[in-house]
Amino acid sequence: MKRRTFLGGAMAVAVLGQGSSALAQQPPIKIGMSMPQTGGLAGGGKASLLGIEIWRDDINAKGGLLGRKVELVVYDDKSSASETPAIYAKLVDVDKVDLLFAPYATVPTAPIMPFVKQRGLLLMGNFSFQVNSKVGHDMWFNNAPWGPADSWAASFLDLAQKAGGKNMALLTADQEFAQNLALTARDVAKKRNLPVVFDQVYPPNTVEFSSIIRALKAAKPDIVYVASYPPDSAGILRAVNEIGIGDDVKIFGGGMVGLQFAAVMSNLGSLLNGVVNYNTWLPEKSMYFDGTKEFFDKYTKRAVEAKVDPLGYYLAPFGYAMGQMIEAAVNSTKSLDQKGIAKYLRENEHKTIVGPIAFSADGERKETATLQAQFRGVKDKDIEQFRSPGKQVILFPEKLKTGDLISPFEAARK
Amino acid sequence: MFSMDLLLGAVVLGVLLGCFYAAVSVGLSVSFGLLDVPHVAHPAFLVLASYGVYQLNESYDIDPLLAGLAITPLFFLFGLLAYRVYYETFERRGSDAGVRGIAFFFGIAFIIEVLIILQFGVDQRSVSATYIGKSWRFGEFRIPIRQLVAFAVALALTVLLAVYLSKTFMGRAIRAVAQDEEALRLMGANPVRIKQFAFGIATAVLGIAGALLIIVAPVEPTLDRAYIGRTFCVVVMAGLGSISGTLIAAIILGVAESIVLTLFGASWAPAISFAMLLGVLAVRPQGLLGR
Repeated sequence: MKRRTFLGGAMAVAVLGQGSSALAQQPPIKIGMSMPQTGGLAGGGKASLLGIEIWRDDINAKGGLLGRKVELVVYDDKSSASETPAIYAKLVDVDKVDLLFAPYATVPTAPIMPFVKQRGLLLMGNFSFQVNSKVGHDMWFNNAPWGPADSWAASFLDLAQKAGGKNMALLTADQEFAQNLALTARDVAKKRNLPVVFDQVYPPNTVEFSSIIRALKAAKPDIVYVASYPPDSAGILRAVNEIGIGDDVKIFGGGMVGLQFAAVMSNLGSLLNGVVNYNTWLPEKSMYFDGTKEFFDKYTKRAVEAKVDPLGYYLAPFGYAMGQMIEAAVNSTKSLDQKGIAKYLRENEHKTIVGPIAFSADGERKETATLQAQFRGVKDKDIEQFRSPGKQVILFPEKLKTGDLISPFEAARK
Repeated sequence: MFSMDLLLGAVVLGVLLGCFYAAVSVGLSVSFGLLDVPHVAHPAFLVLASYGVYQLNESYDIDPLLAGLAITPLFFLFGLLAYRVYYETFERRGSDAGVRGIAFFFGIAFIIEVLIILQFGVDQRSVSATYIGKSWRFGEFRIPIRQLVAFAVALALTVLLAVYLSKTFMGRAIRAVAQDEEALRLMGANPVRIKQFAFGIATAVLGIAGALLIIVAPVEPTLDRAYIGRTFCVVVMAGLGSISGTLIAAIILGVAESIVLTLFGASWAPAISFAMLLGVLAVRPQGLLGR
């Protein structure tokens, strides 16, 4: 008997052992992506990747997806559109990844859209703007809060008109993203019979904005909508501060890229006061959902080590949210079938650390959650101040609002 | 939208901008204009100087102009070294040095860009000083003080360099080497050493010019590319090697750019410098003050 018990026990241990080693040997679920880690988009790309990595570590700590570890396969696309098609072909055909995330930003993403559509692959978008509007891929889901194309300009002009704005000046960079914004701004203004009294497109490499701001001021606009790129945003705000913009201006800003990043905000300091600009996440009380605080606790620690944006509001939580949506879809469908995951993503609302997300047929948000926020009480050379609420008061959307617009612009700057 | 007021403002801001363009081009007027060195890395050296100024301003709170002065001797030495390497590897070897020299300086420019990115990252940097962000008012009209500072310093720098090249022994030697290297050699002088010294001067000037660059606007590692066209345009339009011509050409360019930006639309501004260059070269192939 003793020998039989011993043998039985030994066999059980062996079977169990085999079982557990079989579990451990299950291959990981591979998620492939390129990410700009050098070049002009590197600052954003690195922060976004850190957000995704924090999700990977969290999910693996919970035991992975479908009992398998999650592994990220990441290549640097050097911020270049010419690199991404080859990288994504390699991810699919050589690395044989299970799921695909898009790189940060419009330019590197646009050229891979035909490829994923042709192959019928699910692609989780990462802050692109309108890359699916002409491709019409039904397995594309953008994590960015943009929503319908014209909502960006519409929300800014809503605020402006409520403040008494009756005509608009447009100052935009000669660059694709800014021009997309300008196009929708002109359309919305036309629909609302809002005259455009100044409409200038400035070329990249413009050194000095004093002359442009003087011309803008001479047009005496009520509303100034600016769609600028990082190097210019600083130049424009400086010139506005020095030349003045006139007492008629009710609201200034809208689509200035760069004012979301810690280094630029800290450089500009008090020049930011009064500007109303778009953003995606801010440390205001309406922006905290399940897990948001825990995420930023982890991010803040790891950002120092990774030498990325110390605040990480703009992109990082949305990288994490992208992972959360995949996690929910895979756990619910209990498979990695991309069509099934896409169906789940399309038909459900998803709880994430950046709030609930629901998609419309084109894979963009059903409703815009792009914030318009006003800078207030900002001091010079202090990054830490941006961690406390009240420095960027949310004016739009209504359900996330934390304050009212201070207008005119000159009054808000004080 | 035209008004005399706007036009006058555009001219004033244009003169200020022009003097700033002169300051960032005057070094190139020596290295390319007088020495015939195809120095396309000139704007990269300029951006490097700006980062040096940024570092001193950020770490020790030194005024950007003083920081620019402080790095000037280092840039002089850097210039001596750069020319020596260029001379040994390219110029000495013969007639096609020009073309290969361009490749050499492009290479240097890229290396400088990468080194700046490795050290400072891709974000833009700016300095703080009491005169940045404020303006002088004349009734409704306002002039940014940083522009006035850039104007005064640029003017002083250009005049000093012009006087140095025309009145001092070494300055005249540099002009002589530009005119006839062989004759200088026959006089017993070493043209290579004089050229090396001149290249050092041209690079040293960038210490101050780099300070002005970061005073006028924030800098980022690839900013040099925006200045290659402008600086070469100023130097060629001025007439190669003419320092006073550089000042005049830069002011003409600054005023034209400012008027176009204010009155005709910003999109046309980049075309202005090259249209004016073509216009000047068609009428005076030797440039405004060239011989």
